[in-house]
Amino acid sequence: MSVITYRQALRDTLRAEMLRDEDVFLIGEEIGVFEGSYKITEGLLKEFGERRVRDTPIAEEGFVGTAIGAAMLGLRPVVEVMTINFSLLAIDQIVNHAAKVYGMFGGQTSVPMVIRTPGGGGQQLGATHSQNIELFYSFIPGLKVLAPSGPADAAAMLRAAIRDNDPVLLLENLGLYNSKGEVPEDDEPVAEIGRAAVSREGSDITLIGYSRMASVATQVAQSLAEEDISVEVIDLRSLRPLDRETIVESVCKTGSAVIAEDDWLTYGIGAEIAATIQEGAFDFLDAPVRRVAMAEVPLPYAKPLESAALPSAESVTTAVKETLNAVGRRVG
Amino acid sequence: MHYTTAHEDTELIQLLTPDGELREHPDYPLDISAAEVRGLYRDLVLVRRIDTEAVALQRQGELGLWASLLGQEAAQVGSGRALRANDMVFPSYREHGVAWCRDVDPWELLGLFRGVTNGGWDPNEHGFQLYTIVIGTQNLHATGYAMGVQRDGALGDDGTAVISYFGDGATSQGDTNEAFNFAAVNNAPVVFFCQNNQWAISEPLERQARVPLYQRALGYGFPGVRIDGNDVLATLAVTRRALRSAREGQGPTLIEAFTYRMGAHTTNDDPTRYRVSAEIDEWKQRDPILRLRAYLANQGMATDTFFAEVDTEADQLGERVRDECRALADPEPLDIFREVYAEPNSHIDRQRADFAEYLASFEDAGVTEGR
Ligand SMILES: Cc1ncc(C[n+]2csc(CCOP(=O)(O)OP(=O)(O)O)c2C)c(N)n1
Ligand SMILES: [Mg+2]
Repeated sequence: MSVITYRQALRDTLRAEMLRDEDVFLIGEEIGVFEGSYKITEGLLKEFGERRVRDTPIAEEGFVGTAIGAAMLGLRPVVEVMTINFSLLAIDQIVNHAAKVYGMFGGQTSVPMVIRTPGGGGQQLGATHSQNIELFYSFIPGLKVLAPSGPADAAAMLRAAIRDNDPVLLLENLGLYNSKGEVPEDDEPVAEIGRAAVSREGSDITLIGYSRMASVATQVAQSLAEEDISVEVIDLRSLRPLDRETIVESVCKTGSAVIAEDDWLTYGIGAEIAATIQEGAFDFLDAPVRRVAMAEVPLPYAKPLESAALPSAESVTTAVKETLNAVGRRVG
Repeated sequence: MHYTTAHEDTELIQLLTPDGELREHPDYPLDISAAEVRGLYRDLVLVRRIDTEAVALQRQGELGLWASLLGQEAAQVGSGRALRANDMVFPSYREHGVAWCRDVDPWELLGLFRGVTNGGWDPNEHGFQLYTIVIGTQNLHATGYAMGVQRDGALGDDGTAVISYFGDGATSQGDTNEAFNFAAVNNAPVVFFCQNNQWAISEPLERQARVPLYQRALGYGFPGVRIDGNDVLATLAVTRRALRSAREGQGPTLIEAFTYRMGAHTTNDDPTRYRVSAEIDEWKQRDPILRLRAYLANQGMATDTFFAEVDTEADQLGERVRDECRALADPEPLDIFREVYAEPNSHIDRQRADFAEYLASFEDAGVTEGR
C-alpha cells in the first residue's frame, strides 16, 4: 500500500493502462502540453507522444464525437472533459450516440469509451462552471456512470472503465483531487461496476453519499460516533447501474436514512435513492427519508454565497440528528 | 516559431507601424483629428493601468480571479471607440478595454471578479452586455440580437450594429461556426471581432486552425479582414467600416485582430509552462502604446506635458480602482435566491423561507456560514 492523492491515483492508472494496452489513448483540450487543467495527465504527453495524447481544438462536441468514431474502430479513447459543465456542449454525442450506437446498430458495434470529467462546486468558479449534472447521464440507458470518492476507488474504477466495452462516464470531483488515501501498490484491482460500498458499518441510521459527499458522510459518521451515534455510511460508487440491494439491506437494518448529495434537490440523485428505499424497505422505515442537497439556485461565485448554497458537514449532521429525533431517539 | 509574424504578413491591415510611422491605406482612409488620437492614447494608458491594478488586487486576495488584457489594449480601444451609442457589444471575459469605452466603471468589473455581484451594469444603458465564460456562446446571442435589430428595422445611419468579441480558441466551437452561418444567410448586422491573441490557454493557434482565421468568413459568404490588433488606428478604421456596413444592411464582417496575450490566461495560469520568452520579447517590440506615443511625439501632436498629464491621471485612476475595490461590500447569504428568476417563484420563496429559518438556528450558536 502507498498513500497517494486522488489525482495521482488517476494519473498512475492512466499511465499503467496505456502501457498495458496500445489501443488506449487520451483525447481532450489542454491535456497534452498543459497536462490537463487539473494536472491529471501530467507527464503523459512526454512519455507517450502525440499519437497517444491528443490535444484538440477547443470544441467539446468535436472531441467527444471523434472519440466515439475512434471507439467504433476498436480503439479505447479516454476523453477528458475539462469540467462536467462543458460536457453540455457534447451532450448530443454522449446521449444520442455514445449511449445508443450499440443498440441502434443492432449490437454490431460497441463504444468502449471513457469520459473522465470532474464535477464539484466550492472552487469559486461561478454558476456555469460549478455544476453537478451527473444526473443527466445517470438517467440514460446505455451509459454507465461511476463516481469514486477516494484514491483507491478512483484507480480501480478508472481501470474498470477503460477495460469495459460500453461507454463509461467517470465522475471526478474538484474538491477530491488533493485528498489522500491508501492504494495497493502491486496488484491492480478492477472495480466491479455497479457495486456500492458500506464504507463504515453502523446501526442507528444509514447515511448515503457519492463522490465528495461520500467522504463528507464518513467525516460526519466519525464525529457522530463521539456522541454515541452509530452511522452506517454507504458510498454509492456507481450511479448507473445503481446497487439497490446494498442500499435496501442497510436501511432494513437501521430503519432510517439520510442522503447527502452535491447536486440540486428536486429530481436529483437523492430522489432516486429515496424512491429505491421506499420500494425496498418501506416496512422497515421508522422516519421519513431525508435529503441534504445544494440550494436550488445557480451556484454563486461570491465565496460567502457559494458556502451558503453548498451542503456541508454541518447540514448533514443536522439532518441526521433531526431524523434520529423523529425516530424517537433524543440526540443533541 | 509556430506563428506568423505580423510584419511578414501582406494581408494584414496596418496603418501605424511598430515604430510609429503612419502608412496610408487606400481602403481605410484615416479620418481622425489630433485630439482624437490623443484621446486614444489616453484610453490605452488608462485601460492598461486598470488591468495592472486588477492583477495586483488579485494577488493581494481582493479578487477571486482576473483575466488580463495586457497587450490587447489597442484591439479593444480601437474597436470600442469605433462604436456608436446605439450599437450593442457582446463581450467574452477579457474585454475590460471595450467596457471602458462603453463607460462601464472599472469597479463594476472588479465587483464581478471579486464575486460581490453577477454584473452591476445595465447592458442597455451602456450598449454592453454582461461577460460570458462558456467559450463561443455569445456569438450566437449577438447574431440573434442582430437578427432582432434587423426585424425591427433598426438599421440605417442612426441604427444599431452589433459586435461580438471572442478569441482564437472560440473559432473552433460549433456555436461560433453556426453563428457565422446564421449571420451570413440572414445578412445580420453583426461584426465578429476575433482577438487572435495566439493562445487559448496553453494551446497555440495552430491547434485551432490551418487557415488564417479571417479567411473562415469567405467560406460562409461574408468578408473577413485581418488587422494589426496592436495598431489602434487600423483597428478603429476597419471596425468603423465594418460597423457601418452592418448598420447599412450589408451584413456581417469578420475582423481578425492579430495581437498577443502578453500576460497569463488568467491569474490562475502560469504561461512559462508552455511558451517561450523569446516570443514575448518579440511582441514587446510591437507594443500598442509605445507606437502611438512615438507617432504623437514625432508628429508634434502631443507635448511632454500631455504625456505627463496622462500618467498622473493613470495614477489617480489606479488609486481610485484600489479604493473602490476594497470598499465593495460582501453580499448576504440570502442573496443566493435573489437572481434566479425574473418573476416571483414559489419554489424559490419556499427555499428562502426555509433557509432563513435555518440561518436563524445558527445565529444563537454564533455560526454564520455553511448550509
Ligand atoms: C465551452 C468551454 N470549454 C472550455 C472552456 C475553458 N476555457 C476557458 S478560456 C479557454 C480558452 C479560450 O481561448 P480563446 O478563445 O483564444 O480566448 P482567450 O482566452 O485567448 O481570450 C478555455 C478552453 C470554457 N470556458 N468553455
Ligand atoms: Mg486566444
